[in-house]
Amino acid sequence: MSETPRPVVRSFAHLSDEAVVALLARSDESALAELYDRFGRVAYGLALRILRDDKLAEDAVQEGFLTAWRNADRFMPERGKASTWLLTLVHRRAVDLVRREDRRRAEPLSETVEPEASGSAEDDAWLRFERERVQSALKQLPDQQREALELAYYGGFSQTELAERLGQPVGTIKSRMFTGLARLRELLAEPGNGEAAWKPTPYTT
Amino acid sequence: MEANALHDLTAAYALDALDSEDARAYEAHLARCERCREELAELSDTAGALAYGTEAPMPPPELRARILQEAGRERLNVVPLRPRWVKPVAAIAAVAACTAIGLGIWAATLSSKLDRSESQLARQERVAQIVGQPGSRTISFARGTLVVAPNGEAALVLRNLAPAGNDRTYEAWIAAEGAPEPAGLFEGGGAVAIPLDRPVPKGATVMVTKEPAGGRKSPSSQPFVIVRNAAQS
Repeated sequence: MSETPRPVVRSFAHLSDEAVVALLARSDESALAELYDRFGRVAYGLALRILRDDKLAEDAVQEGFLTAWRNADRFMPERGKASTWLLTLVHRRAVDLVRREDRRRAEPLSETVEPEASGSAEDDAWLRFERERVQSALKQLPDQQREALELAYYGGFSQTELAERLGQPVGTIKSRMFTGLARLRELLAEPGNGEAAWKPTPYTT
Repeated sequence: MEANALHDLTAAYALDALDSEDARAYEAHLARCERCREELAELSDTAGALAYGTEAPMPPPELRARILQEAGRERLNVVPLRPRWVKPVAAIAAVAACTAIGLGIWAATLSSKLDRSESQLARQERVAQIVGQPGSRTISFARGTLVVAPNGEAALVLRNLAPAGNDRTYEAWIAAEGAPEPAGLFEGGGAVAIPLDRPVPKGATVMVTKEPAGGRKSPSSQPFVIVRNAAQS
């Protein structure tokens, strides 16, 4: 990126994500830049995981952010966090693309190699911490729930496709997704999220 | 689909795992079902957390620039370009221009001022021309927006500017390399849009102060607007 300063005339550091989206709704381009700086990297990582293609991932991120730009006035804080709203727009776009391209692979989503760190040390450390937290929570889910969440969210499969692929009724898939997501929510809310905090729960399908 | 069946789609919707037909049915249901809205808010935040569960390599640096450029282009392209406006059209075009740059508030104010003086109309026409030029950049700041055309011509748009007061006026200034130079006088208002009297070079700073009526050659008070025409990244 070039070192020339961009036309930002105030600092956003003290603003919540929601406040930045409120500025976005006033067509403030520096608010868009700020949102990109906060979430562009996570959004790109997500799109890349779903699409497995640099160019398509960039398209998904670009379309997601521009949808946010056009529709920021429709963001409703009571319907979830601003980060969720933005990442959902990128996720939805990536899922649309993957379904259209049908780039999905049949094999389970394997862990890719650790990318070389190239952001700031703080960003790298924080993202690694978050990744480990989410992955550790996912690992505590029963296999079938984890599988349903991963294939749906990272694989872009619809519940109907998952039912066919896994040879289960749609109702079973729905139930695995719901139970898995609800359990994941509890796990992520637990302080420390350590193994000790986890009690095995029987799962039903 | 029955309501109960629709309730059950909340998790799948949060994960974007519905086919488009089911997603539309669920969205229609959502408008009527408070329980689902609450549940969806929670489950969506959890699904959003999954975004952090994967590797996050740095995106290519051009992506950021491309998104910002496209956003700016979309905003300005809404403005219809005309070679020459007749007077009432000038005001309407100015309204269109300012709506396009996110200042609908000004449109409302302006529409009641269609009978304003010639000089005011001329000003609005200048502003509309500057805003409508291809490649014009907008620089937003807390109180408004500075629009700079590629040739340096610029307009300043300010919101909620109290009247300057008796025997007082607002004065714009442009500071490039030396001392600030006067760039135009104007009144307060709910929304104010003025063309600046001189071009704004890259890196220059635009300021606004309150001055005695008639204006001054150099600012006599602290500027309450300071906005820099930063070089484009």
